[in-house]
Amino acid sequence: MLKQFIAVLGMSLRTLPQRMGASSVIVIGIAGVVAVLVSVLAMGAGFRHTLADTGRADRVIILRGGSDAELNSSLTRSDVDTIGNAPGLAKDSSGKALLSSELVTVVNVPKMDTGTDANVTLRGVGLKLTEVRPELKVVQGRMFRPAVRELVAGAGAAKQFRGLTVGSVLHLRNADWTVTGAFTSNGDVHESELLADVDTVGSAVERPGYSSAVGLLTGPEQFDRFKDALTTDPQLKVDVQREPQYYAAQSKNLSQAINVVGTTVAVIMAIGAMFGALNSMYSAVAARGQEIATLRAIGFGALPVLLSVMIEALLLSLLGGVIGAALAWLFFNGHSVSTLGGAFAQVVFQLTVTRALIVTGIIWACVIGLLGGLFPALRAARLPVAEALRAA
Amino acid sequence: MKYLPLIWATLWRKKTRTIFTLLSIVIAFLLFGMLETVDHAFSHPDTGVTGADKLITTNKYSITLSLPIADAQQIRSVPGVAEVTWISWFGGYYQESKNFVFALPVDTDSYFNLHKDEFIVSGEQMQAYRNIRTGALVNSALMKKFGWKIGDKIPLHSTIWTKKDDGSLDWTFDIVGTFGVKDPTQAQAQSSTLLFHYELFDEGRGFGKGEVGWFEARIDDPSQAAAISNRIDALFANSPNETKTQPANDFTMAFIKQLGDIGFVLRAILGAVFFALLFLTGNTMMQSVRERIPELAVLKTLGFGDSKVLMLVLAESLLLCMIAALIGLALSYAALPIIKMGLQGMQLSPAALIPGIGIAVLLALIVGAAPALRAMRLNIVDALADKR
Repeated sequence: MLKQFIAVLGMSLRTLPQRMGASSVIVIGIAGVVAVLVSVLAMGAGFRHTLADTGRADRVIILRGGSDAELNSSLTRSDVDTIGNAPGLAKDSSGKALLSSELVTVVNVPKMDTGTDANVTLRGVGLKLTEVRPELKVVQGRMFRPAVRELVAGAGAAKQFRGLTVGSVLHLRNADWTVTGAFTSNGDVHESELLADVDTVGSAVERPGYSSAVGLLTGPEQFDRFKDALTTDPQLKVDVQREPQYYAAQSKNLSQAINVVGTTVAVIMAIGAMFGALNSMYSAVAARGQEIATLRAIGFGALPVLLSVMIEALLLSLLGGVIGAALAWLFFNGHSVSTLGGAFAQVVFQLTVTRALIVTGIIWACVIGLLGGLFPALRAARLPVAEALRAA
Repeated sequence: MKYLPLIWATLWRKKTRTIFTLLSIVIAFLLFGMLETVDHAFSHPDTGVTGADKLITTNKYSITLSLPIADAQQIRSVPGVAEVTWISWFGGYYQESKNFVFALPVDTDSYFNLHKDEFIVSGEQMQAYRNIRTGALVNSALMKKFGWKIGDKIPLHSTIWTKKDDGSLDWTFDIVGTFGVKDPTQAQAQSSTLLFHYELFDEGRGFGKGEVGWFEARIDDPSQAAAISNRIDALFANSPNETKTQPANDFTMAFIKQLGDIGFVLRAILGAVFFALLFLTGNTMMQSVRERIPELAVLKTLGFGDSKVLMLVLAESLLLCMIAALIGLALSYAALPIIKMGLQGMQLSPAALIPGIGIAVLLALIVGAAPALRAMRLNIVDALADKR
């Protein structure tokens, strides 16, 4: 049985080059499906990745109650003072809480490729910035200084938007701001942003107070204690969230939308490719009718014939899947794009073709191949021997 | 035309193959129709503002920065400006954050004068709205969505604006009337709009009094849009609040462009689809002609000229592609309501028909060319002897 199967399979694979045209239909069709599926999902994965990599479990973000997003939120100076005294916050050597009061606004900066204005986040940050966010590293130039109009640009923002290279000048509300440095931040969402001193930003946009406060806890387990202290304070009306939780909520809608659209398009394409595979395998079976009938006549069973057709379809689709995934990886992995994130501001992210996505793509390819091979294989196995021989 | 039965018969020579090929092409054009519709929706967005005679003035540096309400006087004084009104972003939702309500605080007189003849409101309800400070006019579609009735007191949560009196984010309105829009292409964009009094908003909010989110202007002559925009912006140049004025359509387009190059993504997908389709259909046509070589030879023996044989094969390819393309495009129109659910507030239009047919013809010619040439060049003697 196994011997028979190997013999039939060997035979069908050896004759494969004679059926190049029909076989390439399967490979190319499925490569197309997988390339599109993997590329679109890579977009969703990249976006999710950027936001999921933002924040740590031991860091908290405090917004005004009911505000949903930093851009909508506002906190007064006394709110921030109260928050700084809450238990659970890490302290620096002089005993000051590691809390950065932040003011989030968006500014119009033209996109690199189109030149049209995009909303880029300008985040005013407190003096404790580097201690609260140790992952933030200035990789070029230097950090901004407080009280002067200087800012540092995230590595992603500098790539996607015009005029953010070190040394360039950004005009904002009758004043020139100098870009003094570029920073990285573990590839998280802050790399899409511009950072400057919070009070300088506040005076430039004539806005008192802050949008949010970001604090580092002494440990992730301190969260409940810290949160309870703030939410039970009758003087405060705030929402306290762990950073990862906040950023996951910000990314949820868009990454879901990308996945739904990508999967829908890929399903439709897969159905088309399956018809193509059916076609090719039917014609392969028809072309080999006599050969199969001869095999059956000299005692080969129906099952090895059926399996050999299925395996041929599977191998071709596997090849297509691998080619498709490789194309997606080659062209789009690490490709940097930007879009409007959850809160009216641009998020720069990279398409990420992860190993899981490649596996997903190849599984899709195999399923299409199996479905496309099944009916032709059944026909091959049921081929009436005498008639097929006589057709010669 | 008289050869149609012949072409039809040859097309269905191998039923299974033709059906599967047909279905593949149908799927490709279904996708084409759907993606073109989406592309169209993004490149021809609903502005929610009818007409080319509307300008929008925002803060030059940021949408989050406001403008002083007093600017309205100066904008109105610009020659060519017929009316000016001001609006702010309320960021409202009803009960849960997924129940977005496009609540707009508007200045009654200037807003309805600017949008003259665009809204359908009964005179009685309009009067009630003018009389009641906490009144709201709600789009009929929104009324239906939440099951609201005239006379209801409804709470809306603002994600931005705290109230001066109690510091809370919850605002209450009295529904005094409903409105519809006259221009049906705007119906979707306006379907979650609720209008309420700017006075109530400005006096009630805890901060930002005297500021507005943006101005809307109606101009007498749309062809002057660029010149008037420049004149408005010149008024505020070198002030702390410089402005950026642009036609309403451009404003919306700029916003959509921020989502990214959607057109590129769609074209890339369609490129992959049609590249694969070329192979698939081409292969089918090639096989079909190869199998029919003796038949084609007979036709030639009967006196069919080379060019006639060429045309026969091309016509077969064209017929196959056109039937499939039309079915696919028809299916994509049937899918319009589904796409609509995903693209709220965008206008959909069946924009894919003409380019779709064009592509079908192109596809038919490309995949038909090689087999047709082969059929044309057939040598009768060799072909009849089945020497391929």
